[in-house]
Amino acid sequence: MKFVDEYRDPAAARAAVAQIEALAGPLTERSGQHLKFMEVCGGHTHTIYKHGIENLLPESVELVHGPGCPVCVIPMGRVEDAIAVAETPGVIFTSFGDMMRVPGADGNLLEAKARGADVRMVYSPLDALRIAEANPDRQVVFFAVGFETTAPSTAVTLLKAKERGVTNFLVFCNHVTIVPPVKAILESPDLRLDGFLGPGHVSTVIGNRPYRFVPAVYGKPLVTAGFEPLDILQAIVMLVRQLNDGRCEVENQYTRAVHDEGNPRALAILAEVFELRPHFEWRGLGFISQSALKLNDAFADYDAELRFNVPGVRVADPKACQCGEVLKGVIKPWECKVFGTACTPETPIGTCMVSSEGACAAYYNYGRFTRAATIPVRAAEPEPVA
Amino acid sequence: MSEGAGGASPEDIVLERIEAFRRRRPKLKDEFINSAHGAGGKASAALIDAVFLEAFRNDTLEGLPDGAVLDVGGGERIAFSTDSFVVKPRRFPGGSIGDLAINGTVNDLAMMGATPRWISSAFVIEDGFPIAELREIVADMALAATKAGVQVVTGDTKVVNKGAGDGVYITTSGVGTVAPGLRLDAKSVRPGDKVLVSGNIGDHGVAVLIARGELALEADLPTDSAPLNDLVAKLLAAAPNTRFLRDPTRGGVATVCNELARAAEVAVVLQESAVPVRGIVNGACEILGIDPLYVANEGKLVAVVPADETDDALAAMRAHPVGADAAVIGEIRDDPPGIVILNTSFGGNRVVDMLVGDPLPRIC
Amino acid sequence: MCLGIPGQLVEIIDVEQHRGMADIDGVRREINIGLVLNEPGGLKVGDWVLIHVGFAMSVLDEEEAERTLSFIKLMGEVWDDEKAQFSQEAPL
Repeated sequence: MKFVDEYRDPAAARAAVAQIEALAGPLTERSGQHLKFMEVCGGHTHTIYKHGIENLLPESVELVHGPGCPVCVIPMGRVEDAIAVAETPGVIFTSFGDMMRVPGADGNLLEAKARGADVRMVYSPLDALRIAEANPDRQVVFFAVGFETTAPSTAVTLLKAKERGVTNFLVFCNHVTIVPPVKAILESPDLRLDGFLGPGHVSTVIGNRPYRFVPAVYGKPLVTAGFEPLDILQAIVMLVRQLNDGRCEVENQYTRAVHDEGNPRALAILAEVFELRPHFEWRGLGFISQSALKLNDAFADYDAELRFNVPGVRVADPKACQCGEVLKGVIKPWECKVFGTACTPETPIGTCMVSSEGACAAYYNYGRFTRAATIPVRAAEPEPVA
Repeated sequence: MSEGAGGASPEDIVLERIEAFRRRRPKLKDEFINSAHGAGGKASAALIDAVFLEAFRNDTLEGLPDGAVLDVGGGERIAFSTDSFVVKPRRFPGGSIGDLAINGTVNDLAMMGATPRWISSAFVIEDGFPIAELREIVADMALAATKAGVQVVTGDTKVVNKGAGDGVYITTSGVGTVAPGLRLDAKSVRPGDKVLVSGNIGDHGVAVLIARGELALEADLPTDSAPLNDLVAKLLAAAPNTRFLRDPTRGGVATVCNELARAAEVAVVLQESAVPVRGIVNGACEILGIDPLYVANEGKLVAVVPADETDDALAAMRAHPVGADAAVIGEIRDDPPGIVILNTSFGGNRVVDMLVGDPLPRIC
Repeated sequence: MCLGIPGQLVEIIDVEQHRGMADIDGVRREINIGLVLNEPGGLKVGDWVLIHVGFAMSVLDEEEAERTLSFIKLMGEVWDDEKAQFSQEAPL
């Protein structure tokens, strides 16, 4: 596949890893501590685990998984709200696949579907609009989740709905923005980070400039990274180079897709449809101000929260759940007390275990053996038959 | 992660705990059936264990094979298998529910090393179902049966009220004869054995997903539904010490390898670069965020063969029309037991766990 | 956030309605091209775009892609050279 295969070349990977090792080694020797870089994007977490990148990296570099999974950060109360809407008679509730298994207080959307709610999975919000047009006697609600990458798609869909005079299409909006949680992480006292891998696809929309506060105010370098394994390794090389050179700035590794100014058209459309909520609750991070979007007054007729009576109850995370600390990168998945026992992919307590981007699910499913165990596996690779 | 001097690091302890947990019998906590129970992964396993095995407990069932090999006295053995077909849409590029209904059971029998002979076919049909469509499905079944060399010898028909069924459900059971001395069993698998697959994976699952039309994808991709009994006969002739065969239907190659790893208490180590996947299947899986290793196949088999019979096994499959793209995709090791590991094309590695629920397309 | 896949624009179905057809390794899907019509350089059939939930988010710049890849390859060559030099210089 073009634009994909070239970025998965194992020989280039070995070269990149060697570079990282060469550059990071002296730094860690001086400080006595290994380097910690946080990636704030669920897609990065997924790639890292899927391609087994973490066990390629030298001991001197550690990747920490941050709150970049928009599914993981939805608090249970909002999932309950979604289920309440889905169970309202006459509603067709549409959602991306990722959200279907996220647990509320009383089960998830798939279970609501088993109980009789008309819950349908869609690949695009435009599919949900099509369902609305095909079912004029039903109310079709779209469960909008995602960061700034996905919000423009919801916005375009709403503009189309208005243009076409569709009155039975509504959006239950849970879009969140990336900068506030990154700030919250940087403000957190328990954290020691040496740099960030910036969210590549969010950046296609917002560009690289919004991250300038990270080096400017907090003194940490940030490199916007793509999603193929080589992109991630190259971004790490760029971060380690900055540290070596004594530089601290925002750099762009994902130049083939990201422009510094982002996508002005997408940003304009966002402004036309959404406004910032004064505050929004993030699972594990608590209330963060100006961190989420809602439909503005011009689109009030499309706002599911206004049309339906959502319970709006705040559901506290189960006491045993340490998702918050995992999302902040304070603890690793395996350090959570219920990881692997009470909390597993089949019986998830928190969203970090449900979404395949969640650090816990990725770690559990893709696993990670200690370096001692991986070496025999690699040494005895079967020869591919010619 | 650095290890503590001498003892196990805290991470090691947790990893131990997870691995022990992974190997445990899955527990059933649900009160109601949901779609995950039919997906072939952990939820299915838990349901089968807690509900069916519990009630029907006997030695034959305990091994959870896709079919049973039974002694009928006088040194003769038969193989017996059953399967239900509920696929939607009922017709998709390259085939229909009718093809699956025959080939599915033929293949279950073939995986036991049996020569499939006789099929029964039960239909549960919804009131109002068009007979013209029923005729088409049955015609497909007849053609598939001829191609596979089996006969449909008995059956049953029931009609249910409108709304009580989903058009038509078909259940086929099959009986075949098993040659004396032939033993295909997960427990025969040994470290050093090789893992082979008979061709490109993921075709069927993706073809059906596209045919459903919900995801608005277009692709020229037919199902791979095919009878495998002739391929198996040629394979066993070339590699008489073949240890294990299984067709990776629901849950895909990953599920078969996990079931094997657990039953045999071995490690299955797969080489990502060796797993054959069509470009178009890869493309569809990339768009949807699904892993081809978990996608259903209806005309493929996974075989575990001793190392010294691998070349002959591969040659025999490649010489056959349904095995042209056969490949060696991995090997069996003794450690870590019960786990499937994938060496990624990128040079890293990861664990391929049992499926949790239906693979859902993701956006993230 | 994140599942963005590169695909090639093989047809502009309706420029007013922002409808295009993308090909991803033989799989085709209609996509919305409204967000990339105004990109510098314009949009034409044959361009590669980054697709997320049915929308083209960005036109992939082949030159930049090449540059990224050669940088990575250069990293490799420089490293190989250094290693070769090192192994020649270091006394055993």
